[in-house]
Amino acid sequence: MSEKYHNNFLKEVEEMVEEGQWVKMCMQCGVCAGSCPLGPHWAHPPQEIFMMIRAGKREEVLTSDSMWMCTSCYNCVVRCPRKLPITHIMHGLANYAHRLGLSPKNQPTQQFATMFWNNLAQTGRVNELKLSLGIYFKDGFAQGVKNAMAMQSVGLGMVKAKRLNPMELFGGHGVKDKAGFHAMLKKAREIEDRRKNFA
Amino acid sequence: MAKKTYSFYPGCSSQTKASSDNYLKSTNSMCKYLDIELKEIPDWNCCGASIGYAEGGELPRITLSARNMALSEQHNPGMDLVATCAACWLSTRESKERLAHSSQTLAEANTALNEAGLTYKGNQAARHMAEVLVEDFGFDELKKGVKNPLQGIKFAGYVGCQTNRPFGLAGESFENPMYLDNLVEAMGGEAVSYDQKVTCCGGALAFSEPEKSQKQIKDIIESAYDHGAEMIVTPCPLCQANVEIYQGEVNKRFGTKFNIPVMYYSQLITVAYGGTAQEAGLDGQLVRATKLEEIAKK
Repeated sequence: MSEKYHNNFLKEVEEMVEEGQWVKMCMQCGVCAGSCPLGPHWAHPPQEIFMMIRAGKREEVLTSDSMWMCTSCYNCVVRCPRKLPITHIMHGLANYAHRLGLSPKNQPTQQFATMFWNNLAQTGRVNELKLSLGIYFKDGFAQGVKNAMAMQSVGLGMVKAKRLNPMELFGGHGVKDKAGFHAMLKKAREIEDRRKNFA
Repeated sequence: MAKKTYSFYPGCSSQTKASSDNYLKSTNSMCKYLDIELKEIPDWNCCGASIGYAEGGELPRITLSARNMALSEQHNPGMDLVATCAACWLSTRESKERLAHSSQTLAEANTALNEAGLTYKGNQAARHMAEVLVEDFGFDELKKGVKNPLQGIKFAGYVGCQTNRPFGLAGESFENPMYLDNLVEAMGGEAVSYDQKVTCCGGALAFSEPEKSQKQIKDIIESAYDHGAEMIVTPCPLCQANVEIYQGEVNKRFGTKFNIPVMYYSQLITVAYGGTAQEAGLDGQLVRATKLEEIAKK
Protein backbone atom coordinates (compact mmCIF):
# COMPACT_ATOMS: atom_id res chain seq x y z
CA MET A 1 0.00 0.00 0.00
CA SER A 2 1.27 3.43 -0.88
CA GLU A 3 1.94 5.97 1.84
CA LYS A 4 -1.10 7.69 3.28
CA TYR A 5 -1.28 11.42 2.94
CA HIS A 6 -2.76 13.54 5.69
CA ASN A 7 -5.32 14.86 3.30
CA ASN A 8 -6.75 11.65 1.90
CA PHE A 9 -9.99 11.95 3.84
CA LEU A 10 -11.58 13.86 0.96
CA LYS A 11 -10.70 10.96 -1.34
CA GLU A 12 -12.12 8.48 1.17
CA VAL A 13 -15.39 10.45 1.34
CA GLU A 14 -15.56 10.68 -2.44
CA GLU A 15 -15.22 6.93 -2.76
CA MET A 16 -17.13 5.63 0.25
CA VAL A 17 -19.83 8.14 1.16
CA GLU A 18 -23.12 8.45 -0.68
CA GLU A 19 -22.85 11.41 -3.10
CA GLY A 20 -19.44 12.18 -1.56
CA GLN A 21 -18.03 13.16 -4.94
CA TRP A 22 -19.90 16.45 -4.57
CA VAL A 23 -18.06 17.65 -1.45
CA LYS A 24 -15.34 19.48 -3.38
CA MET A 25 -17.98 21.59 -5.13
CA CYS A 26 -19.00 23.49 -1.97
CA MET A 27 -18.14 27.19 -2.18
CA GLN A 28 -18.68 27.93 1.52
CA CYS A 29 -21.60 30.33 1.15
CA GLY A 30 -23.47 28.99 4.20
CA VAL A 31 -26.97 29.04 2.70
CA CYS A 32 -27.39 25.41 3.86
CA ALA A 33 -26.68 26.38 7.48
CA GLY A 34 -29.13 29.27 7.31
CA SER A 35 -31.82 27.08 5.73
CA CYS A 36 -31.69 24.19 8.17
CA PRO A 37 -34.66 23.87 10.55
CA LEU A 38 -32.35 22.41 13.19
CA GLY A 39 -29.51 24.75 12.24
CA PRO A 40 -28.81 26.03 15.77
CA HIS A 41 -28.25 22.48 16.97
CA TRP A 42 -25.49 21.55 14.55
CA ALA A 43 -22.01 21.63 16.14
CA HIS A 44 -20.75 22.04 12.56
CA PRO A 45 -23.20 23.10 9.84
CA PRO A 46 -22.88 21.38 6.44
CA GLN A 47 -20.52 23.91 4.87
CA GLU A 48 -18.21 23.57 7.85
CA ILE A 49 -18.35 19.77 7.57
CA PHE A 50 -17.42 20.09 3.90
CA MET A 51 -14.41 22.25 4.72
CA MET A 52 -13.37 19.93 7.53
CA ILE A 53 -13.45 17.02 5.09
CA ARG A 54 -11.22 18.95 2.72
CA ALA A 55 -8.91 19.78 5.62
CA GLY A 56 -8.59 16.07 6.42
CA LYS A 57 -10.31 16.22 9.81
CA ARG A 58 -11.49 12.62 9.66
CA GLU A 59 -12.12 11.94 13.31
CA GLU A 60 -13.77 15.29 14.06
CA VAL A 61 -16.19 14.78 11.18
CA LEU A 62 -17.09 11.13 11.69
CA THR A 63 -17.51 11.37 15.47
CA SER A 64 -19.61 14.55 15.21
CA ASP A 65 -23.32 14.41 15.97
CA SER A 66 -23.93 17.20 13.43
CA MET A 67 -25.22 15.17 10.52
CA TRP A 68 -27.59 13.36 12.88
CA MET A 69 -29.52 16.64 13.14
CA CYS A 70 -30.72 16.28 9.52
CA THR A 71 -34.53 16.02 9.34
CA SER A 72 -34.47 15.27 5.58
CA CYS A 73 -36.40 18.44 4.74
CA TYR A 74 -34.28 19.11 1.61
CA ASN A 75 -34.28 22.87 2.16
CA CYS A 76 -30.49 22.99 1.77
CA VAL A 77 -30.66 20.95 -1.44
CA VAL A 78 -33.08 23.22 -3.26
CA ARG A 79 -31.35 26.40 -2.07
CA CYS A 80 -27.71 25.40 -2.66
CA PRO A 81 -26.39 27.61 -5.48
CA ARG A 82 -24.03 24.81 -6.52
CA LYS A 83 -26.85 22.21 -6.39
CA LEU A 84 -25.06 19.89 -3.99
CA PRO A 85 -27.27 17.02 -2.75
CA ILE A 86 -26.46 18.08 0.82
CA THR A 87 -29.19 16.00 2.47
CA HIS A 88 -27.79 12.83 0.88
CA ILE A 89 -24.20 13.69 1.73
CA MET A 90 -25.25 14.16 5.38
CA HIS A 91 -27.14 10.85 5.26
CA GLY A 92 -24.10 9.25 3.65
CA LEU A 93 -21.71 10.59 6.29
CA ALA A 94 -24.03 9.48 9.09
CA ASN A 95 -24.29 5.99 7.63
CA TYR A 96 -20.54 5.78 7.02
CA ALA A 97 -19.71 6.92 10.56
CA HIS A 98 -22.26 4.53 12.03
CA ARG A 99 -21.03 1.54 10.03
CA LEU A 100 -17.45 2.27 11.08
CA GLY A 101 -18.59 2.44 14.71
CA LEU A 102 -17.52 6.07 15.04
CA SER A 103 -20.88 7.80 15.58
CA PRO A 104 -21.44 9.24 19.08
CA LYS A 105 -22.66 6.78 21.70
CA ASN A 106 -26.40 6.91 22.45
CA GLN A 107 -27.10 9.36 19.64
CA PRO A 108 -30.93 9.24 19.69
CA THR A 109 -31.49 9.58 15.93
CA GLN A 110 -28.87 6.94 15.20
CA GLN A 111 -30.58 4.61 17.66
CA PHE A 112 -33.99 5.34 16.18
CA ALA A 113 -32.73 4.84 12.63
CA THR A 114 -31.33 1.41 13.48
CA MET A 115 -34.55 0.46 15.25
CA PHE A 116 -36.56 1.63 12.25
CA TRP A 117 -34.49 -0.34 9.76
CA ASN A 118 -34.52 -3.53 11.83
CA ASN A 119 -38.27 -3.13 12.26
CA LEU A 120 -38.98 -2.87 8.54
CA ALA A 121 -36.37 -5.49 7.57
CA GLN A 122 -38.09 -8.08 9.73
CA THR A 123 -41.46 -8.23 7.97
CA GLY A 124 -40.99 -5.89 5.01
CA ARG A 125 -43.32 -3.29 6.48
CA VAL A 126 -43.10 -1.02 9.50
CA ASN A 127 -44.81 -2.16 12.67
CA GLU A 128 -45.68 1.19 14.21
CA LEU A 129 -46.61 -0.18 17.63
CA LYS A 130 -43.37 -2.10 18.12
CA LEU A 131 -41.43 0.89 16.81
CA SER A 132 -43.04 3.28 19.32
CA LEU A 133 -42.54 0.88 22.21
CA GLY A 134 -38.96 0.35 21.08
CA ILE A 135 -38.27 4.06 21.43
CA TYR A 136 -39.90 4.34 24.84
CA PHE A 137 -38.00 1.35 26.19
CA LYS A 138 -34.61 2.01 24.61
CA ASP A 139 -33.12 3.20 27.92
CA GLY A 140 -34.37 0.30 30.02
CA PHE A 141 -37.61 -0.92 31.49
CA ALA A 142 -38.16 1.67 34.24
CA GLN A 143 -37.55 4.60 31.89
CA GLY A 144 -39.73 2.84 29.32
CA VAL A 145 -42.71 2.61 31.64
CA LYS A 146 -42.26 6.27 32.51
CA ASN A 147 -42.08 7.28 28.84
CA ALA A 148 -45.06 5.13 27.92
CA MET A 149 -47.10 6.62 30.76
CA ALA A 150 -46.19 10.14 29.64
CA MET A 151 -47.39 9.37 26.13
CA GLN A 152 -50.42 7.37 27.29
CA SER A 153 -53.03 9.90 26.17
CA VAL A 154 -51.54 10.06 22.68
CA GLY A 155 -51.45 6.26 22.42
CA LEU A 156 -55.01 5.81 23.66
CA GLY A 157 -56.20 8.59 21.36
CA MET A 158 -54.63 6.79 18.41
CA VAL A 159 -56.22 3.46 19.39
CA LYS A 160 -59.59 5.17 19.76
CA ALA A 161 -59.21 6.83 16.35
CA LYS A 162 -58.40 3.36 14.92
CA ARG A 163 -54.92 4.50 13.94
CA LEU A 164 -53.00 2.18 16.26
CA ASN A 165 -53.75 -1.50 16.71
CA PRO A 166 -52.69 -3.12 20.01
CA MET A 167 -52.75 -6.48 18.21
CA GLU A 168 -49.75 -5.39 16.12
CA LEU A 169 -47.67 -6.56 19.07
CA PHE A 170 -48.45 -10.13 18.03
CA GLY A 171 -47.60 -9.91 14.35
CA GLY A 172 -49.21 -7.27 12.20
CA HIS A 173 -48.65 -6.23 8.60
CA GLY A 174 -45.87 -7.61 6.42
CA VAL A 175 -44.93 -8.83 2.95
CA LYS A 176 -45.91 -12.36 1.94
CA ASP A 177 -42.64 -13.24 0.21
CA LYS A 178 -40.52 -12.88 3.34
CA ALA A 179 -37.88 -15.35 2.12
CA GLY A 180 -37.36 -13.44 -1.13
CA PHE A 181 -37.41 -10.09 0.67
CA HIS A 182 -34.81 -11.15 3.22
CA ALA A 183 -32.55 -12.73 0.56
CA MET A 184 -32.77 -9.54 -1.49
CA LEU A 185 -31.78 -7.28 1.40
CA LYS A 186 -28.98 -9.63 2.42
CA LYS A 187 -27.53 -9.55 -1.09
CA ALA A 188 -27.84 -5.75 -1.34
CA ARG A 189 -26.04 -5.35 1.99
CA GLU A 190 -23.31 -7.80 0.92
CA ILE A 191 -22.61 -5.83 -2.25
CA GLU A 192 -22.57 -2.51 -0.40
CA ASP A 193 -20.35 -3.84 2.39
CA ARG A 194 -17.83 -5.17 -0.10
CA ARG A 195 -17.74 -1.89 -2.02
CA LYS A 196 -17.36 0.26 1.12
CA ASN A 197 -15.02 -2.05 3.02
CA PHE A 198 -17.44 -2.59 5.89
CA ALA A 199 -17.58 -5.70 8.03
CA MET B 1 -64.28 11.75 -17.95
CA ALA B 2 -63.04 8.27 -18.67
CA LYS B 3 -62.02 6.02 -15.88
CA LYS B 4 -58.36 6.33 -14.87
CA THR B 5 -56.33 3.46 -13.47
CA TYR B 6 -53.11 3.71 -11.47
CA SER B 7 -50.71 1.29 -9.82
CA PHE B 8 -51.11 2.17 -6.15
CA TYR B 9 -48.46 2.22 -3.43
CA PRO B 10 -50.26 2.98 -0.14
CA GLY B 11 -47.24 2.60 2.19
CA CYS B 12 -46.92 1.37 5.76
CA SER B 13 -48.84 4.17 7.47
CA SER B 14 -51.81 3.77 5.09
CA GLN B 15 -52.74 0.27 6.18
CA THR B 16 -55.75 -0.78 8.21
CA LYS B 17 -55.42 0.60 11.73
CA ALA B 18 -52.06 2.21 11.04
CA SER B 19 -51.36 5.87 11.73
CA SER B 20 -52.81 7.21 8.48
CA ASP B 21 -55.69 4.75 8.19
CA ASN B 22 -57.90 7.82 7.64
CA TYR B 23 -55.73 8.92 4.68
CA LEU B 24 -56.29 5.56 3.00
CA LYS B 25 -60.01 5.60 3.76
CA SER B 26 -60.52 9.10 2.37
CA THR B 27 -58.28 8.42 -0.64
CA ASN B 28 -60.41 5.42 -1.55
CA SER B 29 -63.58 7.51 -1.20
CA MET B 30 -62.13 10.41 -3.18
CA CYS B 31 -61.09 8.04 -5.98
CA LYS B 32 -64.55 6.51 -6.09
CA TYR B 33 -66.02 9.98 -6.73
CA LEU B 34 -63.35 10.76 -9.36
CA ASP B 35 -63.77 7.39 -11.08
CA ILE B 36 -60.16 6.45 -10.36
CA GLU B 37 -59.26 2.81 -9.96
CA LEU B 38 -56.30 2.14 -7.68
CA LYS B 39 -54.68 -1.22 -8.31
CA GLU B 40 -52.56 -1.91 -5.25
CA ILE B 41 -49.04 -3.17 -5.97
CA PRO B 42 -49.16 -6.78 -4.77
CA ASP B 43 -46.86 -7.48 -1.82
CA TRP B 44 -45.29 -3.98 -1.74
CA ASN B 45 -42.76 -3.26 1.01
CA CYS B 46 -41.62 -0.28 3.10
CA CYS B 47 -39.65 2.38 1.19
CA GLY B 48 -37.17 2.94 4.01
CA ALA B 49 -38.66 6.41 4.62
CA SER B 50 -36.42 9.36 5.41
CA ILE B 51 -34.64 7.60 8.28
CA GLY B 52 -33.73 4.30 6.60
CA TYR B 53 -30.40 5.67 5.36
CA ALA B 54 -28.45 5.38 8.60
CA GLU B 55 -28.68 1.63 9.02
CA GLY B 56 -29.80 0.69 5.52
CA GLY B 57 -27.18 2.63 3.59
CA GLU B 58 -27.39 3.27 -0.11
CA LEU B 59 -27.95 0.09 -2.10
CA PRO B 60 -30.25 -1.73 0.35
CA ARG B 61 -32.39 1.41 0.54
CA ILE B 62 -32.59 1.83 -3.24
CA THR B 63 -33.32 -1.89 -3.59
CA LEU B 64 -36.39 -1.52 -1.35
CA SER B 65 -37.92 0.91 -3.82
CA ALA B 66 -36.68 -1.11 -6.80
CA ARG B 67 -38.63 -4.12 -5.51
CA ASN B 68 -41.85 -2.10 -5.36
CA MET B 69 -41.29 -0.70 -8.82
CA ALA B 70 -40.43 -4.14 -10.24
CA LEU B 71 -43.61 -5.61 -8.73
CA SER B 72 -45.61 -2.71 -10.11
CA GLU B 73 -44.13 -3.13 -13.61
CA GLN B 74 -44.85 -6.83 -13.54
CA HIS B 75 -48.38 -6.82 -12.12
CA ASN B 76 -49.72 -3.42 -13.16
CA PRO B 77 -48.08 -2.83 -16.55
CA GLY B 78 -48.75 0.30 -18.55
CA MET B 79 -49.82 2.33 -15.51
CA ASP B 80 -48.16 5.12 -13.57
CA LEU B 81 -47.10 4.19 -10.06
CA VAL B 82 -48.89 6.50 -7.61
CA ALA B 83 -48.09 6.97 -3.91
CA THR B 84 -50.11 8.90 -1.36
CA CYS B 85 -47.38 9.11 1.29
CA ALA B 86 -44.84 11.87 0.76
CA ALA B 87 -41.88 9.76 1.93
CA CYS B 88 -42.95 6.77 -0.18
CA TRP B 89 -43.14 8.99 -3.23
CA LEU B 90 -39.83 10.68 -2.54
CA SER B 91 -37.98 7.41 -1.89
CA THR B 92 -39.43 5.80 -4.98
CA ARG B 93 -38.75 8.73 -7.26
CA GLU B 94 -35.28 9.28 -5.86
CA SER B 95 -34.40 5.60 -6.31
CA LYS B 96 -35.75 5.67 -9.84
CA GLU B 97 -33.46 8.62 -10.56
CA ARG B 98 -30.40 6.90 -9.08
CA LEU B 99 -31.13 3.72 -11.02
CA ALA B 100 -31.45 5.71 -14.23
CA HIS B 101 -28.23 7.67 -13.67
CA SER B 102 -25.91 4.84 -12.67
CA SER B 103 -25.58 1.61 -14.63
CA GLN B 104 -23.58 0.18 -11.72
CA THR B 105 -26.35 0.86 -9.20
CA LEU B 106 -28.87 -0.59 -11.64
CA ALA B 107 -26.84 -3.77 -12.11
CA GLU B 108 -26.29 -4.15 -8.36
CA ALA B 109 -29.94 -3.54 -7.51
CA ASN B 110 -31.00 -6.14 -10.07
CA THR B 111 -28.51 -8.65 -8.66
CA ALA B 112 -30.20 -8.20 -5.28
CA LEU B 113 -33.69 -8.28 -6.81
CA ASN B 114 -32.85 -11.57 -8.55
CA GLU B 115 -32.76 -13.15 -5.11
CA ALA B 116 -36.49 -12.47 -4.98
CA GLY B 117 -37.04 -13.49 -8.62
CA LEU B 118 -37.58 -9.91 -9.77
CA THR B 119 -36.10 -7.51 -12.32
CA TYR B 120 -36.38 -3.73 -12.41
CA LYS B 121 -36.81 -2.16 -15.82
CA GLY B 122 -37.73 1.42 -15.03
CA ASN B 123 -40.63 1.87 -17.43
CA GLN B 124 -43.19 3.47 -15.09
CA ALA B 125 -43.43 7.02 -13.82
CA ALA B 126 -43.39 7.44 -10.01
CA ARG B 127 -45.99 10.04 -9.05
CA HIS B 128 -47.71 11.49 -6.02
CA MET B 129 -51.50 11.56 -5.79
CA ALA B 130 -51.39 15.37 -5.68
CA GLU B 131 -49.79 15.29 -9.16
CA VAL B 132 -52.60 13.07 -10.40
CA LEU B 133 -55.20 15.54 -9.15
CA VAL B 134 -53.45 18.65 -10.44
CA GLU B 135 -52.07 17.32 -13.72
CA ASP B 136 -54.47 14.58 -14.84
CA PHE B 137 -57.61 16.39 -13.67
CA GLY B 138 -56.85 20.06 -13.02
CA PHE B 139 -58.63 22.46 -10.69
CA ASP B 140 -61.49 23.30 -13.08
CA GLU B 141 -62.28 19.64 -13.58
CA LEU B 142 -62.01 18.95 -9.83
CA LYS B 143 -64.41 21.82 -9.11
CA LYS B 144 -67.16 20.17 -11.13
CA GLY B 145 -67.65 17.38 -8.61
CA VAL B 146 -68.33 19.68 -5.65
CA LYS B 147 -71.78 19.12 -4.09
CA ASN B 148 -71.16 20.43 -0.58
CA PRO B 149 -68.70 23.32 -0.82
CA LEU B 150 -66.51 23.87 2.24
CA GLN B 151 -67.83 27.39 2.51
CA GLY B 152 -66.73 29.53 5.41
CA ILE B 153 -63.90 27.28 6.58
CA LYS B 154 -60.41 28.77 6.68
CA PHE B 155 -57.59 26.31 5.99
CA ALA B 156 -53.84 26.63 6.36
CA GLY B 157 -52.44 24.59 3.49
CA TYR B 158 -49.44 22.92 5.05
CA VAL B 159 -47.34 21.54 2.19
CA GLY B 160 -44.32 20.68 4.33
CA CYS B 161 -41.20 19.14 2.84
CA GLN B 162 -41.31 15.95 0.93
CA THR B 163 -44.01 16.55 -1.67
CA ASN B 164 -42.31 19.90 -2.22
CA ARG B 165 -38.57 19.30 -2.07
CA PRO B 166 -36.39 18.24 -3.78
CA PHE B 167 -38.80 17.35 -6.61
CA GLY B 168 -42.09 19.08 -5.94
CA LEU B 169 -44.91 19.46 -8.41
CA ALA B 170 -44.06 20.70 -11.88
CA GLY B 171 -44.26 24.48 -12.17
CA GLU B 172 -44.45 25.12 -8.41
CA SER B 173 -41.91 27.10 -6.42
CA PHE B 174 -40.19 25.47 -3.46
CA GLU B 175 -40.76 28.47 -1.21
CA ASN B 176 -44.44 29.07 -1.91
CA PRO B 177 -46.16 26.21 -3.74
CA MET B 178 -49.79 26.98 -4.52
CA TYR B 179 -51.35 23.64 -5.42
CA LEU B 180 -52.72 22.86 -1.97
CA ASP B 181 -54.27 26.32 -1.60
CA ASN B 182 -55.77 25.94 -5.06
CA LEU B 183 -57.24 22.56 -4.09
CA VAL B 184 -58.78 24.09 -0.96
CA GLU B 185 -60.31 26.91 -3.00
CA ALA B 186 -61.57 24.47 -5.64
CA MET B 187 -63.49 22.70 -2.86
CA GLY B 188 -65.06 26.00 -1.82
CA GLY B 189 -62.89 26.58 1.24
CA GLU B 190 -60.73 29.58 2.02
CA ALA B 191 -56.93 29.17 1.95
CA VAL B 192 -55.23 31.56 4.38
CA SER B 193 -51.84 33.01 3.59
CA TYR B 194 -49.28 32.23 6.32
CA ASP B 195 -45.53 32.00 6.61
CA GLN B 196 -44.93 28.39 7.70
CA LYS B 197 -46.37 26.62 4.66
CA VAL B 198 -43.18 24.72 3.81
CA THR B 199 -41.61 24.50 7.27
CA CYS B 200 -40.31 21.11 8.40
CA CYS B 201 -42.30 19.41 11.19
CA GLY B 202 -39.17 17.62 12.38
CA GLY B 203 -39.96 14.49 10.40
CA ALA B 204 -38.58 11.34 11.97
CA LEU B 205 -36.75 13.45 14.56
CA ALA B 206 -40.13 14.05 16.23
CA PHE B 207 -39.45 10.64 17.79
CA SER B 208 -35.73 10.91 18.49
CA GLU B 209 -35.39 14.63 19.22
CA PRO B 210 -38.85 15.63 20.53
CA GLU B 211 -37.71 18.89 22.06
CA LYS B 212 -36.16 20.23 18.87
CA SER B 213 -39.01 19.00 16.66
CA GLN B 214 -41.80 20.33 18.85
CA LYS B 215 -40.39 23.82 18.38
CA GLN B 216 -40.99 23.30 14.64
CA ILE B 217 -44.52 22.06 15.24
CA LYS B 218 -45.25 25.00 17.51
CA ASP B 219 -44.08 27.52 14.88
CA ILE B 220 -46.31 25.93 12.23
CA ILE B 221 -49.49 25.83 14.33
CA GLU B 222 -48.90 29.27 15.83
CA SER B 223 -48.61 30.83 12.40
CA ALA B 224 -51.71 29.00 11.17
CA TYR B 225 -53.72 30.36 14.13
CA ASP B 226 -52.26 33.85 13.79
CA HIS B 227 -53.41 34.02 10.18
CA GLY B 228 -56.94 32.98 11.01
CA ALA B 229 -56.88 29.31 10.05
CA GLU B 230 -59.41 26.98 11.67
CA MET B 231 -57.89 23.81 10.26
CA ILE B 232 -54.61 22.67 8.78
CA VAL B 233 -54.56 20.51 5.64
CA THR B 234 -51.60 18.51 4.36
CA PRO B 235 -50.59 15.91 1.75
CA CYS B 236 -48.10 14.12 4.04
CA PRO B 237 -48.89 11.41 6.64
CA LEU B 238 -45.92 12.30 8.84
CA CYS B 239 -46.74 16.03 8.75
CA GLN B 240 -50.31 15.13 9.69
CA ALA B 241 -49.32 12.87 12.56
CA ASN B 242 -46.61 15.13 13.98
CA VAL B 243 -48.69 18.30 13.83
CA GLU B 244 -51.85 16.67 15.17
CA ILE B 245 -50.83 14.19 17.83
CA TYR B 246 -48.13 16.23 19.58
CA GLN B 247 -50.35 19.27 20.22
CA GLY B 248 -50.81 18.19 23.84
CA GLU B 249 -47.05 17.84 24.28
CA VAL B 250 -46.43 21.20 22.61
CA ASN B 251 -49.01 22.82 24.87
CA LYS B 252 -47.26 21.41 27.94
CA ARG B 253 -43.83 22.49 26.74
CA PHE B 254 -44.69 25.98 25.49
CA GLY B 255 -47.78 26.90 27.50
CA THR B 256 -49.88 27.19 24.35
CA LYS B 257 -53.54 26.16 24.01
CA PHE B 258 -53.45 24.58 20.56
CA ASN B 259 -56.37 22.43 19.50
CA ILE B 260 -56.53 22.61 15.72
CA PRO B 261 -57.67 19.80 13.40
CA VAL B 262 -55.09 18.56 10.87
CA MET B 263 -56.66 17.05 7.76
CA TYR B 264 -55.68 15.40 4.50
CA TYR B 265 -56.67 17.00 1.18
CA SER B 266 -58.45 13.72 0.38
CA GLN B 267 -60.76 14.24 3.37
CA LEU B 268 -61.66 17.74 2.18
CA ILE B 269 -62.38 16.49 -1.33
CA THR B 270 -64.46 13.56 -0.08
CA VAL B 271 -66.64 15.83 2.08
CA ALA B 272 -67.01 18.42 -0.70
CA TYR B 273 -68.00 15.70 -3.17
CA GLY B 274 -70.89 14.70 -0.95
CA GLY B 275 -69.25 12.00 1.13
CA THR B 276 -70.16 11.12 4.70
CA ALA B 277 -67.94 11.78 7.70
CA GLN B 278 -67.17 8.08 7.79
CA GLU B 279 -66.21 7.95 4.11
CA ALA B 280 -63.86 10.87 4.74
CA GLY B 281 -62.32 9.16 7.77
CA LEU B 282 -63.26 12.09 9.99
CA ASP B 283 -63.63 9.68 12.91
CA GLY B 284 -59.88 9.14 12.63
CA GLN B 285 -59.00 12.62 13.92
CA LEU B 286 -57.57 13.11 17.40
CA VAL B 287 -58.68 16.73 17.18
CA ARG B 288 -62.16 16.52 15.66
CA ALA B 289 -62.95 18.62 12.61
CA THR B 290 -66.40 19.71 13.76
CA LYS B 291 -66.98 22.16 10.93
CA LEU B 292 -66.26 19.49 8.32
CA GLU B 293 -68.48 17.01 10.15
CA GLU B 294 -71.31 19.54 9.91
CA ILE B 295 -70.91 19.87 6.14
CA ALA B 296 -70.45 16.14 5.51
CA LYS B 297 -73.47 14.26 4.19
CA LYS B 298 -75.48 12.80 7.05
